Amino acid sequence: MTADIAWIEAALTSARPQAMSALLRYFRDLDMAEEAFQEACLRALRTWPENGPPRAPVAWLVLVGRNSGIDSLRRTRRETGLPPEQMLSDLGDAEADMAERLDDRHYRDDILRLLFICCHPDLPANQQIALALRIVAGVPMRQIARAFLVSEAAMEQRITRAKARVAKADLAFGPPDALARNERLGAVALMIYLIFNEGYSRGYADKAAARLCDEAIRLARILLGLFQTEPEIMGLLALMLLQHARAAARTDANGQIVLLEDQDQTLWNQAMIAEGLALTDKATRHRQPGSYQVQAAIAAVHARARNAAETDWARIEALYSLLEHLQPSPVVRLNRAVALGKIKGAEAALAMIAPLADALDGYFYYHGMRGGLLLQLDRYAEAREAFNRAIALAGTAAEAAHIRLHIDRIEAAFHDSAVSPSKPSPGPVELR
Amino acid sequence: MLYAVLCYNDENAVSAWTREEDDACMARLKVVTDKMADAGRLGPVVRLLPTTSATTLRKGKSEPMIIDGPFAETKEQFLGFYVADCETLDEALAFAKDLAVANPGIGAYEIRPVQFYTPGNPRG
Repeated sequence: MTADIAWIEAALTSARPQAMSALLRYFRDLDMAEEAFQEACLRALRTWPENGPPRAPVAWLVLVGRNSGIDSLRRTRRETGLPPEQMLSDLGDAEADMAERLDDRHYRDDILRLLFICCHPDLPANQQIALALRIVAGVPMRQIARAFLVSEAAMEQRITRAKARVAKADLAFGPPDALARNERLGAVALMIYLIFNEGYSRGYADKAAARLCDEAIRLARILLGLFQTEPEIMGLLALMLLQHARAAARTDANGQIVLLEDQDQTLWNQAMIAEGLALTDKATRHRQPGSYQVQAAIAAVHARARNAAETDWARIEALYSLLEHLQPSPVVRLNRAVALGKIKGAEAALAMIAPLADALDGYFYYHGMRGGLLLQLDRYAEAREAFNRAIALAGTAAEAAHIRLHIDRIEAAFHDSAVSPSKPSPGPVELR
Repeated sequence: MLYAVLCYNDENAVSAWTREEDDACMARLKVVTDKMADAGRLGPVVRLLPTTSATTLRKGKSEPMIIDGPFAETKEQFLGFYVADCETLDEALAFAKDLAVANPGIGAYEIRPVQFYTPGNPRG
């Protein structure tokens, strides 16, 4: 029986994006669609265990949700005299018909619209993410609050405010043209990647945050299922899979960061890597490079290396150079310098990042990496200064502890005058 | 004779499972397959990654066409298969029923006799 309930809950979660987006098309109102979906879920939990699951769960939920929404509209009309029919796009068809319509090509625009609503430009990034997690992925409020380290009440308020804001947005409900569709796809891809990054950057220390990575991957899979030939969506999913595959290896038993080159590869999730590599290769065949694809290709080089020493750094450097061309940014340059350092040495890498000093002065990784390079050149005093800056900018305790380790090595090198030819050998700070 | 038990389900539903649910389901399935393996009747067991990671090569008059994803759009996807040595269809059906109990929900198993079989050894 418990297995039944668990299965039903998983089925409701998986049906949510599709059902919600269909209900949104009918009601053209986020709150109404959400209430209708919740009502349908309650009925599913009551009737599915006894009657067995319907053949088409999504169609069942949409039909039941739509009927309950219409009922409540009629009640509202009796109470306030609102004309509900004008708020509904159409009325009157049965479940079989509904199933047909859900398979319709329009459906992918529905779900894209639902995701796109969450990307409203007036919303700060963390509100976009919270809204998408709540509305589209259906993550419980309690879990979202925990992932963002705020109280449930605060998160509830944040989401209510975000919803009020998007409700005012006048979104076209007709099918978008190719250009509009591409714009939506780009905005949605970015929002999904933001969800992922939120989980990835804090997932070291925080299991609740790490779950966000799973949700982002699930949303990207749904998106790719709808846009199967979009190389950038393949790239996005591949990138997230290849990074998330290493989750178990990124920290040690004490919660300390383990650098990519020191990670135990047997802890990498092989299924995620296989899927990520296959998607990277698929995307490459399209010959339309984009930033997600290139980043995925870089992650793929790491994943394909049998061990850290065999990493093809020349290829990584070339890929970063391509990424810089597609998306010029100091952070990309910084990453490129890491690769360059591996091929040409620390001196060359330092020269490459020297012009970034102003742009990245407030950036943890810049100082951490610079310190590592200086250390390789035995420039201890400067290295120490850079590491001190990094510690001051560290976002998490694990980051700070990792830098602390470098400083300890410098101290050791200073004090232990039996300095053998083997210098302290720190790896660069992991940038991904 | 050899039967293939082909698994079909909505892959979105399967990918909505949490890691714990997935692990629990795999563990329940393992009990079923272990029973077959102990009797020396279990062949290869294959679980496929999502269809979004698939590529299709379609034969044509000239160069074959290479297409993203599976060719046909269906509600249920081919997610994996078992090969088992079963004397009768009833035995194969009993195996599939055990699998269905271990993995409840929607979906279907197609039980189909095998014409040609070579176990292979790709990582050996």
